[in-house]
Amino acid sequence: MGEREEEEKKALLKFSPELFEILSKMQEVELEDVDLDVGDLEIWLQPSAVARAPKTVSPKAVTVPKKVKPSTIIEVDFVPPVETYSGRIVEVQLGATNSEGGTRGKSVIVGGERSPAYYLFENPTPHPPVITLDVFDMKVPLAKAVKMHVEEAVGDPVAWAKLAVDKFGAEMITLHLVSIDPLLNDTPPKEAALTVEKVLQAVDVPIVVGGCGDPQKDLAVFEKVAAVAEGERVLLSSITLDMDIEKSAMLAKKHGHVALAFTSMDLNHARELNRKLYEFLPREQILMDTTTAALGYGLDYAFTVMERARLAGLMGDPELQHPLSSGTTNAWAAREAWMKMAPEWGPRELRGPIWETVTALTLMLAGVDVFMMMHPAAVKTVRDVSKKLTTSISRSSPEQLNDWVSMKI
Amino acid sequence: MVMSEKAGAKELSPIDVYMLLPKTNCKKCGLENCMAYATKLVNREIALELCTPLLEKQYEKAHQKLWEMLKPPVKEVTVGTGDPAIKVGGKLVMYRHELAYFNPTAFAIDVTDEMPDEELTLRVKGTEGYSYTYIGRELKLNMIAIRSTSNDPEKFKATVKKVVENTKLPLILCSFHPEVVEAGLMAAPKARPLIYAANRDNWKDMAELALMYNCPLAVFAPNDLKLLRSLVKTLLEYGVEDLVLDPGTFPNEGLADTVSNLTMIRRAAFKRGDELLGFPIIGTPITAWLEKADVPEINMWNEAYLASMLIDRYVDVLIMHSNEGWVLLPTTILRQNIYTDPRKPVAVEAGLKVFGQPDENSPMMMTTNFALTYYTVASDIESSGVNCYLIVVDTEGLAVDSSVAGRKLTAEKIAETIKQVKAEEKVKHRKLIIPGKAARLSGEIQELSGWEVLVGPRDSSEIPKFLQEKWQ
Repeated sequence: MGEREEEEKKALLKFSPELFEILSKMQEVELEDVDLDVGDLEIWLQPSAVARAPKTVSPKAVTVPKKVKPSTIIEVDFVPPVETYSGRIVEVQLGATNSEGGTRGKSVIVGGERSPAYYLFENPTPHPPVITLDVFDMKVPLAKAVKMHVEEAVGDPVAWAKLAVDKFGAEMITLHLVSIDPLLNDTPPKEAALTVEKVLQAVDVPIVVGGCGDPQKDLAVFEKVAAVAEGERVLLSSITLDMDIEKSAMLAKKHGHVALAFTSMDLNHARELNRKLYEFLPREQILMDTTTAALGYGLDYAFTVMERARLAGLMGDPELQHPLSSGTTNAWAAREAWMKMAPEWGPRELRGPIWETVTALTLMLAGVDVFMMMHPAAVKTVRDVSKKLTTSISRSSPEQLNDWVSMKI
Repeated sequence: MVMSEKAGAKELSPIDVYMLLPKTNCKKCGLENCMAYATKLVNREIALELCTPLLEKQYEKAHQKLWEMLKPPVKEVTVGTGDPAIKVGGKLVMYRHELAYFNPTAFAIDVTDEMPDEELTLRVKGTEGYSYTYIGRELKLNMIAIRSTSNDPEKFKATVKKVVENTKLPLILCSFHPEVVEAGLMAAPKARPLIYAANRDNWKDMAELALMYNCPLAVFAPNDLKLLRSLVKTLLEYGVEDLVLDPGTFPNEGLADTVSNLTMIRRAAFKRGDELLGFPIIGTPITAWLEKADVPEINMWNEAYLASMLIDRYVDVLIMHSNEGWVLLPTTILRQNIYTDPRKPVAVEAGLKVFGQPDENSPMMMTTNFALTYYTVASDIESSGVNCYLIVVDTEGLAVDSSVAGRKLTAEKIAETIKQVKAEEKVKHRKLIIPGKAARLSGEIQELSGWEVLVGPRDSSEIPKFLQEKWQ
C-alpha cells in the first residue's frame, strides 16, 4: 500500500468517530415529542406495476451430448467491453478565485465526462461530484433530524453558511432566498442581494443562489444578485422555461455566473431550455437539473431521466451535454424520511439521513455532478463514496474477501 | 456508441417474431391474430408457450429460433422449490428505460451455524415476517443465507435442519468447504438451495454437489473477471448450467472495482453477447461488517448504502446481515422503484380528494392522476393550508400537458368525473378551477358540465396566491 493510500486510510478512520457522533445524536432526540414539520404527504397510489417477465421455457429438453468433465480450469480470456462515445459533457467552473476574477478561496470544476457514470474501465471520472450544503435566509420548517444539527444558525444565513463550511466541511453552499417569495416575506431584491454579499464575505467557498420559484421575482432578485456578486461564478438556481430567458441568460453572461437550467423530468423541455439559453450564453456556463424526486416518491423517474440525459449527451446529443445538478434535499419529502414510525422501522434520526444518502447515491450512479444536500451524515457518506469512486480501479484486495463467509459478527 | 454485435431485447421487432410464427391467426393464444401476439411477445407481455401450434413438428425449427430470440441475455435461475421459489436474473436490457427490469433483486438475510437457537429462530422468523406496504404493494424479504462460521459439517447440517423446520423461504448455503456444503445439502436434499460458492480451488467438488442435488451454484472470483469467465466456462463444460456470478463486493477501497466489475459484466452480456457472463449476479453488502466499527450502527449504515448501490447497478441477489427496519426500508423501497415498469406510469386513484375541512363555499379544483403531478399539487395545497376539494381525473397516469395533447384529458372526461364524484353535492357554487396547462379545454368543459371554469395557475405552487386573488 502506497503512502498516499495509507494517509487516506487514516483520514477515513478519523472520520469514523465523527459519523458516529452525528448518528449517535439520535438517542438524545428519540425521547422528545413528535414534531411533524414537513407537510404530511399521503400514500395514495395504486398498486404499482412491478415488471414481470413471462416465462421463457426451452421448447424441448435439449439433450447435450455427454461431455468429458474437465479436470482443470479451462482458461479463457476477458477483454473489458470498452465502447467509444462521440459526445463529451462540458466542463463547468463554479466559483472564481482572485486570479479568476472573483474572491473565492477555491473554485471547482464539474463535468467533463467521456463515459457513463463510473464506467471506470473505460475512463476515470474527470472531476468528483461536488456537494453544496443548504442554507436558508429565513426560518423554514426542517425535519427534526436535520434541525438538531443546525439549530443554532437557523434564521441567520451568515452564521448558517459558516457552520456549514467550518463544522461540516462544505465545499460549496446553497443560499436559498426563500424569503423573497411574494407569498412569504416578499423581501426586496436589493435586500436579498445584501444577504448574498454578506454570505460571500463570510465564507470563501463557491456559492449557489436559490430563488423562490416565482419566475418574475426570481429574475428581479437574480439581477441584483448577479451585480453584487460580479465575477464570482455563482450558480443561479434556477432558470426555467417560464422565465424571461434572454434577460436571465444575459445577466449570467454579463456578470460572469452560471445558469442552472431547471426542467421537470422531461428531456424535450430540457433540450428546449438549453437551446434557448445557447442564443445568449456559452455552453460552459450552463448546468442542468431535470428534477429530483425522493426515494419512494418518483426516484425511478428522476434516475431514468438523468441516466437517459447523460447517455444521450455522450452519444452525441449536443443539447444534453451539461453536468447534472440534483436537489437531493427533496429526499426529505418522503414521509418515511421524517415521520415517527413504529419502533421496528428504527429512529427517524437514522431513517432520514439514510433516505437522503440512498437518493443521492442512486442519482450519482445516473451521472449527477452537483448535489444540493442537507444532512451532515448524508453529506459525509456521499463525499466518502464519491472519493472512493473517483480514484482508480484495482485498489481492492481480493484476499480481504477470501473468507468473508466465516466472519464472526 | 458503437453498436452491439448482438441485438438486445429492445432492438427486436414484432416483424422478426411474426415471421417465425405459424401466421394462421388461430387465436389459440387468446389474441386476434399472430401480429398482435408477436407485438406482445416483443414487449414481454405474454409467454411463448401460449402458441401451442409451435409444438407441432413442422414448426420445430421456428420454435427453437423464437426461443433463442426471446431468451434473456442474462439467464433466469430458480432458487428453491414450490411456492416460495424465487427467480433471479432474467434481465432483458442493461438500462431500465430500454424496456423494464424483471425479477426484482432478491434479499437474503444471514444466519450462522454458531448462532444460539433462539437468535436463529428469531432472525428466520423476522425475515419471513418482514412486510411493508408501499403504494399498495407488500415489500418482502426473500431468502435465508446460512453461513458456516464453524466450518464444522455436523454443526452446519444441524443448522440447516433447524432453518428448514422454521421456514419455507429459499436458502443460500454459504461455505467454501465442499464437505460443509454437502452436510448442509443432506439436511435439505430437495430444497434446491443456491450453493455459495465455487472458487478457484473447490470448483470441482462444488460442481459435483450442484449436479448431485440439482442446485444452482454461485461462482466467486473477487475482482478477477478473467477467472470468473474461466470458472463459468469450466462449470458449463462440467454440466452445471444454473450459475450465479460473484465478482466480489468490496466495501472500502475496492468500491470502485465493485462498481466497475458489475458494469463490465452486464455490458459484456448485453453489448458483446458474452454468454459466459450472461448470468445473474450476487452481491454481498454483508462485507460492510468485515471491519468492526465503533458502534454497529456504522456497519449497518454502510451496509444500507452499499446494498442500494448494488441494486442500482444490476445485482440480482443480495446477502445482508442487518435486519433493522431503517436499513431494510430504504433498500426494499429502492428495489421497488428500480423494478417498477417504466412503460406503465405510476398513477394514483382517480376520485375526489378532500384537503383540510372544506365547506359548501370552498374551492373545487381539478388535476390528473399522474402520481408526480398529484403529489406536487397535493403537497402545495397542504403546505398552504387551504381547505378545498380536488377532483383527480383518470388520465391513465399522464401529466396535465401530455394528457391534454394526447386526448386523455378531455372536456367529456372531466364532465363525467364531476358527475361521478358528485361534486354538486359538496359545494353550493358551480365554479371549477382547472390547471393552467389545460386552459384550452375551458370553453368545452363549461358547455358540457354546466360549471363555470376558472383557469388556475400553470404551476401548483401558485395555487395559494391564485386563490387569494381570484376566489371570492
